[in-house]
Amino acid sequence: MSTEPAASGHAVAQGQPVASARPAAVSVAGVGKVFASRKGTDVTALEAVDLTIAPGEFVSLIGPSGCGKSTLLRLIADLDTPTSGSIEVFGKTARQARIDQAYGIAFQQAGLLPWRTVRANIELPLELHKVGKADRAARSSELLALVGLSDFADKYPDQLSGGMQQRVAIARSLAESPGLLLMDEPFGALDEMTRERMQTELVRICAETGAAVVFVTHSIPEAVFLSNRVVVMSPRPGRIRDVIAVDLGRAEGRDEGLREADSFFEAVVAVRESLHGESAGAPAARGVDIR
Amino acid sequence: MTRTGSPLVRRVLLGVLGVVVLAAVWELYKALGPATGVMIGDLTVLPRTSDLAMPHVWDMVARLFRPVRSAGDDELMWQAVLEASFFSLGVAAVGWLVGVVVGMLLAIVMQRFRTAESALLPWIVLSQTVPLIAIAPLVKRWGSQIEIGEFSWENWMSVALIASYLAFFPVSIGALRGLESPDVNHVELMRTYSVGWWATLIRLRLPASVPYLLPALRLAAANAVIGTVVAEVSIGLRGGIGRMIVEYAAAAGGDPAKPWAPIFGAVVVGLLAAGVVALIGLALTRYRRGETPA
Repeated sequence: MSTEPAASGHAVAQGQPVASARPAAVSVAGVGKVFASRKGTDVTALEAVDLTIAPGEFVSLIGPSGCGKSTLLRLIADLDTPTSGSIEVFGKTARQARIDQAYGIAFQQAGLLPWRTVRANIELPLELHKVGKADRAARSSELLALVGLSDFADKYPDQLSGGMQQRVAIARSLAESPGLLLMDEPFGALDEMTRERMQTELVRICAETGAAVVFVTHSIPEAVFLSNRVVVMSPRPGRIRDVIAVDLGRAEGRDEGLREADSFFEAVVAVRESLHGESAGAPAARGVDIR
Repeated sequence: MTRTGSPLVRRVLLGVLGVVVLAAVWELYKALGPATGVMIGDLTVLPRTSDLAMPHVWDMVARLFRPVRSAGDDELMWQAVLEASFFSLGVAAVGWLVGVVVGMLLAIVMQRFRTAESALLPWIVLSQTVPLIAIAPLVKRWGSQIEIGEFSWENWMSVALIASYLAFFPVSIGALRGLESPDVNHVELMRTYSVGWWATLIRLRLPASVPYLLPALRLAAANAVIGTVVAEVSIGLRGGIGRMIVEYAAAAGGDPAKPWAPIFGAVVVGLLAAGVVALIGLALTRYRRGETPA
């Protein structure tokens, strides 16, 4: 297990060829976010965050509640604007990237429109962006097959289980073949068994689409199982404490057996120790917050 | 809905049963109640049971199949009532339509601009506290001054306007709640698609407002019918149910069953209006599905 200082801020994707000409999928530099409250007590949600994510890389953000991991995701998605610093997505500003549909997004709630069929939900972004009917149908069929819901195309969301709804949401986020997927605890509301199955599927889907992923989660095993790198964050103010590289091999090789492998456990321990602020697993390259 | 075969029959039977029970209660009280009515102190709480105050149900029904003026050979009562009913229904429909359009527009403006909500909402609520009888003559007077080329304001338009005045209120309130009902989640999703307010309105807010809108439309229909009947009386528009009720009430002395005919007519108008809204609801079934939480 190797760990590296948070501020290194450079694309590190072990075993992956990083084409030098391509800009980073996400480049966060010196970003801070302060929420002004009415009582005059400002809340610093994020402080001096640097993070670079290579194309095709899977990065998880993990940390206790209030550490700003969701805020960071929302800043990348341009659903909020940073108070300081800059964010680039594929070399463009976050705002331009949103306008150009450079990313797809999935939230904890599937957020499907209940009056649309599964297929129509997946086609929603395409429809909004004036993609022709035939192209839409072809693309949604492809995505339905990808998430294994071809038989449910004409069902409505309320006829689906939570896991299936979430799979539809993931298919929808992939509709416009984005190079970046932003996921905010997409499996947070699912039961453990469904959750593990969804993780395995997500790994496969990401391998097939080649998209970079920023994945917010509370779960250490989830972060380790999915990621190339796990970004450990600490709260008040939210900042990056550690970036832990997880070397579990290429996505194709990840299956249920991996969950019982030693390398998996080692990575889990490393993330755990970093989360709990112990220096054992993390060489003190950067001062660990102890308070 | 496809599997409504037996439940539909059941509901119709229950509806008929309700009418039968009502008629039975009427006749039972008429047979057993005191002739002078039930009084508490000076207050009459239940009506007198004389044939004048409470005609037999069968007399009222039979009256429908006799000519309007008992002596003459006019058209039959039910025909006259039906004609008046359709006239009133037509006026109420115009009022309902105008009310729905105005209510929707107000709701959309209020959803779009927060300041508009603060500025308009109190007035919308206040508007409903003005008694109908107070505005009817005003509307008639203002209307009579309107004359644009070929177009001249007619009395039925005043009635429709007053009906719409009552109809727009529930629509604007219901639609506003409905337009604001989508989750933050959905609104942000539309933002990530970088589509504007208009597309969000069409694809998200309007469909999401349907469950709130349908009860509002039903209320608006009931309000439009009441508004039409009352306004017909206060404006003095001939041809509709409202005027008929007043006219026939004058004949109650010699022909006690007669005033009940237009009242049945008013009930029919109300039922038809509710039926039309139910059909609209049926057409919008797919917007009424609830998403089960993940």
